Amino acid sequence: MAESKNKKSDCFWGYFMIAPNMIGLGIFFFYPFFKNMYNSFYDIGAFNVTKWAGLSNYKKMISDTVMWQSLGNTFKYVLIIVPFTLVLSLLVAVLLNTKVKGQSVFRVLYFIPAITMTAAVAIVWRWLYNGDFGILNYILGLFGIPSRSWLSDPKIALFSISAVSIWMGVGYNMIILLAGIQGISGSYYEAASIDGAGPLKKFRHITLPLVTPTLFFVMTTSLISAFQTFDVIYMMINSNSIALNSTQSVVLYFYRNAFVFSKKGYASAIAMLLFVIIMLITALQMKLQKKWVNYG
Amino acid sequence: MFAAVNRKNNFKITAVFIYIILIAGVLVTISPFLWMILTSFKTQSEAMRIPPVLLPSDWHFENYIRIFDKLPFGRIYFNTVISSVVTVAAQLIFCSMSAYAFGRIEFPGRNAIFLAMLSVLMIPSSFFLLPQYLIIQKIGLLNTIPALFMPNLFSAFGTFLLRQFFISLPDELEDAARLDGCNHFRIYSKIMLPLIKPGLTSLAILTLRFSWNDLMWPLIVNTSADKMTLSAGLSYLQGQYSTDYPAIMGGACLSILPLLILFAMFQKQFIEGIALTGIKD
Repeated sequence: MAESKNKKSDCFWGYFMIAPNMIGLGIFFFYPFFKNMYNSFYDIGAFNVTKWAGLSNYKKMISDTVMWQSLGNTFKYVLIIVPFTLVLSLLVAVLLNTKVKGQSVFRVLYFIPAITMTAAVAIVWRWLYNGDFGILNYILGLFGIPSRSWLSDPKIALFSISAVSIWMGVGYNMIILLAGIQGISGSYYEAASIDGAGPLKKFRHITLPLVTPTLFFVMTTSLISAFQTFDVIYMMINSNSIALNSTQSVVLYFYRNAFVFSKKGYASAIAMLLFVIIMLITALQMKLQKKWVNYG
Repeated sequence: MFAAVNRKNNFKITAVFIYIILIAGVLVTISPFLWMILTSFKTQSEAMRIPPVLLPSDWHFENYIRIFDKLPFGRIYFNTVISSVVTVAAQLIFCSMSAYAFGRIEFPGRNAIFLAMLSVLMIPSSFFLLPQYLIIQKIGLLNTIPALFMPNLFSAFGTFLLRQFFISLPDELEDAARLDGCNHFRIYSKIMLPLIKPGLTSLAILTLRFSWNDLMWPLIVNTSADKMTLSAGLSYLQGQYSTDYPAIMGGACLSILPLLILFAMFQKQFIEGIALTGIKD
């Protein structure tokens, strides 16, 4: 009797307590998920006039060279940003984990870019990169390196943007990796010391394998955010820049189609493509993780 | 004995080497901010001088006043604060409630609903943007303050994060309270919520960082200057007054200041809060 009353009350409180969040997620996430698929088969023009378009948005995508170029750019961003961010944040984390004095001061300073607004940071970097008055060219000039137009030269603009993303990401990921490294039991290192292992050996055979679960986490989140690079490009490259096509990411191209060119149906199809790609990458990562992630 | 001395020297050399790398890294990390602050006090011609001048000859505080002439900056500041505070508060309440239910109450369909919710986590956030925009447009909220925070009041990630904390609390706490006749809501609000403070702090920090800094959503929904947030305002400032570098840098300084101050006050919580997200299970 009391049992069944308890069950009833559990049922009530369960649904009652998940209701606000689940209703909100339903309206703003589940419904949009299906709505976006639906929209990708329509033409949605100015004033949201909607017309059935069948597969035409997808067909258009296949022949849209700008779209393919932005997809290529996105892969370049991922391939540059993710490895550099991971290696540098792991390096800083490992160095901070040695008995350096002022570890907490270093941690705080490295973390600052992680809590600052990308828009603000991009504005400053844009100024540092400026071809005529930028301090970067001036400093390089002191070493006899010729000036460059870091953001308007289509050949190098993508790398300049990637550098800012890496610069922003290192502190954040370093904090997570450092916590992972500090969670490794000291007894492993003591045992290795008794066996006469040096710091490099310890890193290779203890730190690296045991930090792989954290590394996997950091890699997954960096991958997804690199695939969706938008803020830095939007803030650093003007819409009339000659470097636009060679720096535009899929998300930026999606944004421009949806909110600048008012081609919302086509933009939905682009979002679908991004969704499918990220799903494939996530699945691939899950499969590959068994090969290198060590769950002890 | 020589070997021992050698070894000690080796240690010293390694230590020096480590400091050099770390300090070089700090310089690269910090100097753009210093340059931003210094430039914000220079005159326009000083800012553009080659070779560059490090310190402004006079400290031109009026650059900061000029920002307020160009944009309703005070209003924009206020919008950002309101939007961030509402987002953080709502997520803490909604996520912790649903996290408690998913973690500690058995009800029919719980696992299925939880899995469905997790699927939201796998999907790139830009995928939801356009339909979210169309919803806000349909209910007539474009160019309003609620538009800034509406979709972000709810979170699958926050629920997932807090559920881990609720699960890790011992069952005895609950059993004792239930014998005393407490219902689930009381157990949640009076007993368990105070015990998962680290989780709440972590979620608050991550959400604050996101909503304060987010660019694309506020850019899309609010186009009139007095309804913008700081990120969108900076992009507007740069687009309209691209050559007034000191004022733009001043705007950037003002925009990042509140989070920097909070970070200075709560360093430990910020760093631990972020670090926690990597240690799941």
